Amino acid sequence: MAKIFLHGASNRVMLGRFLKDNHTVATDYGVDRRNFLVGTVSTAATPLLTRTGQPSAASSAGGPSPGAPVDLLLRVNGSDHRLTLDSRTTLLDALRDHLGLTGAKKGCDHGQCGACTVLVDGRRVLACLTLAVSMRGHEATTIEGVARKDGGLHPMQQAFIDHDAFQCGYCTPGQIMSAIGCVHEGHAIDAADVREYMSGNLCRCAAYPNIVDAIQAAKSAMRGS
Amino acid sequence: MRPFIFETASEPQHAIELFDKNGLPAARSAVYLAGGTTLLDLMKLDVMRPEIVIDINALQHTSLGRIEANETELRLGALARMAETAEHPVVKANYPVIAQSLQLAASPQLRNMATLGGNVLQRTRCNYFRDVSNPACNKRNPGTGCAAIPGFNRRHAVLGGSDQCIATYPGDFAQALVAVNAIVELRGPKGIRTVAFATLHRQPGDTPDLETTLLPGEMITAFIVPTAPWMRRSLYLKVRDRQSYEFALASAAVALDMNGAVIREARIALGGVATVPWRSLAAETTLRDKPLDEASANAAAEAAFAEAQPLEHNAFKIALGKRTLVRALREAAALEI
Repeated sequence: MAKIFLHGASNRVMLGRFLKDNHTVATDYGVDRRNFLVGTVSTAATPLLTRTGQPSAASSAGGPSPGAPVDLLLRVNGSDHRLTLDSRTTLLDALRDHLGLTGAKKGCDHGQCGACTVLVDGRRVLACLTLAVSMRGHEATTIEGVARKDGGLHPMQQAFIDHDAFQCGYCTPGQIMSAIGCVHEGHAIDAADVREYMSGNLCRCAAYPNIVDAIQAAKSAMRGS
Repeated sequence: MRPFIFETASEPQHAIELFDKNGLPAARSAVYLAGGTTLLDLMKLDVMRPEIVIDINALQHTSLGRIEANETELRLGALARMAETAEHPVVKANYPVIAQSLQLAASPQLRNMATLGGNVLQRTRCNYFRDVSNPACNKRNPGTGCAAIPGFNRRHAVLGGSDQCIATYPGDFAQALVAVNAIVELRGPKGIRTVAFATLHRQPGDTPDLETTLLPGEMITAFIVPTAPWMRRSLYLKVRDRQSYEFALASAAVALDMNGAVIREARIALGGVATVPWRSLAAETTLRDKPLDEASANAAAEAAFAEAQPLEHNAFKIALGKRTLVRALREAAALEI
């Protein structure tokens, strides 16, 4: 635990320096960082609105037009959320930007790193390659939804702490969700099995040996719980 | 990603009707969405720009989602997921080359998402195709040239290429299907038809942008694999830059029917080295009525790569492909069944 805390503390110091430097640069041009971001977002939205305003072949025939907002009921961690989304919104962006569930991470956004792994109907999938609008009738479980109702950690979360199975922590929510799926699938027979069936989750800190240990330990705890 | 119209199909005919209603006459801008693992990736890269996306995942509850086996054939619904097919007890026991080709592909998350139909239609991993800042790609923009032929072509094909395109077909499952004479069932605006799986993919020739023989609006509904004496003595061997979660540099799908030490029939397909799922009839012919030993396996490998055309960075694939095939043949012959 001491080691984790140390890493966390040093990361915070570095993050602080980074923000401070960026802030200084931004104010030199008379724009602070927050306003700069707001300005960028609203600019980015403009072409989209223009596009949806243009009648397409389909809309002139009475059908929907590309980019028209879509209503859906998104079920996440046992709760239903009524959302109106651009059809391009991925499950990952819906979770992070519309529901504030920022546990699932956007690493590569192309299905290569596994940081966005969540469970859909109990199976581990990549939220970055799933369209939110294709989630009707399905339920997503994220890292925010795996702890016990009394607040106690899921055995896999506890095992990752006990085995020091992370350094920076960025890939960890995806690792834990994938690991839970891996155990449920029956693919955590031995260390080699875990390595093969966790190959879809990359860890730049290379905490792999400890991740393998944590999963094997959690497997027993999950069976017992 | 560009804006698109999102539609959801409730049953197979509905999907075709949605395509007809929305897609035609601009048929090429409508796509079916299954697992989405290729489509969403390429839409984010701006390589694929559909105006209409028709979600067909609800059809999983029809025959499209089922895996069925009887004494004469295995029928794999096109919306069965890679993971469930790879772990299906009948597929594992009686069609090992199929189970293994799926098991050795992608990552567990991707195998949970990706469907069999989508898997065989996945697009090449050629970096020049995937990078829209590269202007020269005959597959993406016909007539613009090929950046891979004079460029970094280490992962590109040595078999089946043309002076227009050498992009490697990236999949694994398709090699198993083409080796074992699978049939593909298609459904489209003009009805249902079945064709040999071997005729589904097109070599690039002068039209690398046309990758399959699918007609506008057609979707794959099933793969039918006839049972055969060579099926149980089959395997898929895949060689990659790393041990897991990587595309093949060279792979071999082999199936042997043996009478003692002598081969009655061999079925051989190669992956990672060709522009399409590559059946090698030449290699199969050299093995007929021969004992499977080092000499005959080497002769088969020589025959398989006799027409190979290496470029600056991919000549190693010829030696690697031959060794992969030799090892696959010897391992298949040694299987206890």
